[in-house]
Amino acid sequence: MPRGIVGAAQREDAVAIDATAAADTFPKLLVHNARVRADRPALRHKDLGIWQTWTWADLLDEVRAYAVGLHRLGLKRGDTIAIVGANRPRIYGSVMAAQMLGAVPVPVYADAVADELAYVLAHAEVRFAAVEDQEQVDKIVSVAERLPKLETMVYDELKGLRDYDHAKLRAIDDVIADGRTALANDPKVAEWLDNEIAAGKGSDISIILYTSGTTGQSKGVVLSAKGCIDAARDTVAFDKLTDQDEALAYLPIAWVGDHYLNYAQQLVAGFCTACPEHGETAMQDLREIGPTFYFAPPRTFETMLTRVMIRMEDASFIKRKLFHYFIGVARRYGEAILNGQPVPVQGRLLYRLGQFLVYAPLKNVLGLSRVRVAYTAGEAIGPDLFSFYRSLGMNLKQLYGQTEAFLYVTCQPDGQIYSDTVGPAAPNVDIRIADSGEVLFKSPGMFVGYFKDDAKTKEAMTSDGYVKTGDAGFFDQKTGHLKIIDRAKDVGKLNDGTLFPPKYIENKLKFFPNIREAVAYGDKRDFVAVMLNIDLTAVGSWAERNNVVYGSYQELAGHPLVYDMVARHVEETNRALAADKMTAGAQIRRFLILHKELDADDGELTRTQKVRRGFIAERYDPLIKALYDGSAEADISTEVTFEDGRKGNLSARVKIRDVTTVPTLEKAA
Amino acid sequence: MRAPAASDIAAGEAILSVKNVSLAFGGVKAINDVSFDIKKGEIRAIIGPNGAGKTSMLNVINGFYHPQHGQITFKGRTRQAMRPYEAARGGIARTFQNVALFKGMSALDNIMAGRTLKMRRGFLWQMLRIGPALTEEIAHRRRVEEIIDFLEIQAIRKIQVARLPYGLQKRVELGRALAMEPDLLLLDEPMAGMNLEEKEDMSRFIIDVNDHYGTTIALIEHDMGVVMDLSDRVVVLDHGVKIADGTPDEVKSNQAVIDAYLGVAH
Repeated sequence: MPRGIVGAAQREDAVAIDATAAADTFPKLLVHNARVRADRPALRHKDLGIWQTWTWADLLDEVRAYAVGLHRLGLKRGDTIAIVGANRPRIYGSVMAAQMLGAVPVPVYADAVADELAYVLAHAEVRFAAVEDQEQVDKIVSVAERLPKLETMVYDELKGLRDYDHAKLRAIDDVIADGRTALANDPKVAEWLDNEIAAGKGSDISIILYTSGTTGQSKGVVLSAKGCIDAARDTVAFDKLTDQDEALAYLPIAWVGDHYLNYAQQLVAGFCTACPEHGETAMQDLREIGPTFYFAPPRTFETMLTRVMIRMEDASFIKRKLFHYFIGVARRYGEAILNGQPVPVQGRLLYRLGQFLVYAPLKNVLGLSRVRVAYTAGEAIGPDLFSFYRSLGMNLKQLYGQTEAFLYVTCQPDGQIYSDTVGPAAPNVDIRIADSGEVLFKSPGMFVGYFKDDAKTKEAMTSDGYVKTGDAGFFDQKTGHLKIIDRAKDVGKLNDGTLFPPKYIENKLKFFPNIREAVAYGDKRDFVAVMLNIDLTAVGSWAERNNVVYGSYQELAGHPLVYDMVARHVEETNRALAADKMTAGAQIRRFLILHKELDADDGELTRTQKVRRGFIAERYDPLIKALYDGSAEADISTEVTFEDGRKGNLSARVKIRDVTTVPTLEKAA
Repeated sequence: MRAPAASDIAAGEAILSVKNVSLAFGGVKAINDVSFDIKKGEIRAIIGPNGAGKTSMLNVINGFYHPQHGQITFKGRTRQAMRPYEAARGGIARTFQNVALFKGMSALDNIMAGRTLKMRRGFLWQMLRIGPALTEEIAHRRRVEEIIDFLEIQAIRKIQVARLPYGLQKRVELGRALAMEPDLLLLDEPMAGMNLEEKEDMSRFIIDVNDHYGTTIALIEHDMGVVMDLSDRVVVLDHGVKIADGTPDEVKSNQAVIDAYLGVAH
């Protein structure tokens, strides 16, 4: 290649970077991408079994036509438009087209019931809605009387809608075609649209994301264009994302994570976002696309691992041996190699061989072969699970964030990965821990406020402009990383004033495969005590191997050997708790193993399998009393609901064990 | 000779009518002098208690059984009995009470098999899979993919049907019938053995097929709620005899039907 051309290309790159820096709204970024990487893929979608690709130029062309079409239907600057549907090009296109006109997209969870949908649409005062299909149209129609402002719905999928009254209903295809005709017929339209794009400012509202509303009514988090783009720029640089990267968009579009990872970062870095063929095909699509950037909650990683393990059990003898041997090798050396720590030559060679025989094929099957950066967040991830993926050579990291921050508050830099921290503050994010232990932050992407709710906005902010996360946490002394321990309102105090984070303790216990559920008590008590459920599968198979005979869960749970084993787990948990000054005082003194499994049918767990601490405390009051009055056993009788709905009584004598605690440095001193 | 196309028949006119049909197996009269018609574009239900002759009726319509008496008029041609290949070529497709798929083949291949009658190139051409045979296969595959999309079974496209749960197998079977682009679709208990959610899904697909492709549908079903919701007209058989015929409301209030279902003191 002649030297002059290389020089020109470099100059162009430099110009490109400048131009990206200048773009302060997503439509401007779209225009920019269509200019500098016109032929690079921007979106993919599998349609009729074949992956279809839109280049940045195609995408801009289509979004422009769509925007004009929407404008001709009446959408204008400042209007809100609801976006309801799965991850599909037309749905993302709706967000882009709305923003191009200066309208504000309001994505809603596609699986929201009609009532939730009505609340959000009414609160956001939407005049328009872009929806995926008949299901969503039906839901909106069913609550139409609560949405007097809603004028027009546009839909992506015609199926089942043929006979509907089309007075207020348009196919997105028709809207785009209409816009295209208008653009072709009158050059002034294109000029007008260019002006609309140019008129967008960084301070404009870019999007309103409604929180899922697990704690009361959902709130509309207002994010500015500049905030979104600045935040995305920081993390794109942090993880060195480029237009060579590719992501699979399978997270709900109304969730901040999707808008951040698959939209904001996509437009900033210019990479390609692939939309799955259908909600249920995400795992297959993952394999076909082979994304380089991947996000999944811990549960997804766990499901993936379980599936692998189950399938390995069915594999031939040699394959199974090979698999387990090399997974062992990976556990020993994999993480060290990934972190760039010294590893003996023999270990390196074995790992290399394992890479060839096991790790690479395994990652290929899972669709993780090309992953360069993967994140997990949302809940605590088990150390074993976390290190399994890392030991295969996958750069899995943790982040902590929330909608109000436009996702990132902290994230782990390459090479500084720990399973029990969420990393140091993300670039340009300022974190402070309040006296109450609550994590406060200030970030480039932080929200403007809650939509139409100044009181709540004020409540969520400190007087000096920090956002309250509602989570309690502390900075780990060794690593300087943030550790999140629990929701701030759930964190209690022992009688001596020590911090008591119940979920943190429970999670640590639950990471042991033998322990299925844990319920920790300690708020306004003298010490921490826990009630446990053993995992019948794990402990059952242990019992089989060790010739422990049992007839029921109750019998196994009360077995002295099981108690011994669980006591060791609790002691280990205490050692982990003692390692941190903040949690050292919250070590477990006494525990018991419940005579029955906690069950959602009995109201002990929520339907999403979270323990209902308060309810359990009432129900097992005699046990709680015994935990704190020093008795060695207690009688309990509870009503249980059987699978068929019959009720019965279950009584038992439950033993209580004391455990040794680890003296902390301070107390020892 | 070309079979008359469905488009030659206006919507609302009978696409198929059976007249005075009687079918006996030895001394057992399975169907006794039954007449009714199926109008183009409607969803027609055939209901009745166990052993009423519903499945026999479907088998008569698609030529699997040959009635001893009566006439069948399909698209303007009157015959004494249909032949299965005539029925298939003429545009009658069906699903079965017990799923009858090729268990060892993938969902995709099963639906593709429904295109067999539409394939023009010979066996050898298809084996070579070049030139015109390839072009043809691509066109057929496109139709099949549209059906897969329509029935929302993308996730199981390449899975062997034997490994699929029953509800999905039923859906694949419906897909295979649809692949024939039938003018008349016969569904033999499409919702048997399904849970409520699967039934709702299936009902939606049946309505969508009728709406989207304009396919005339005749179905046998036991679930009365489903029948009354889905169908435009219902014919009721009992012990091989037609006891009622009309809209769901008419049928529901018909004393003979109530007696047949609830039993009556003799």
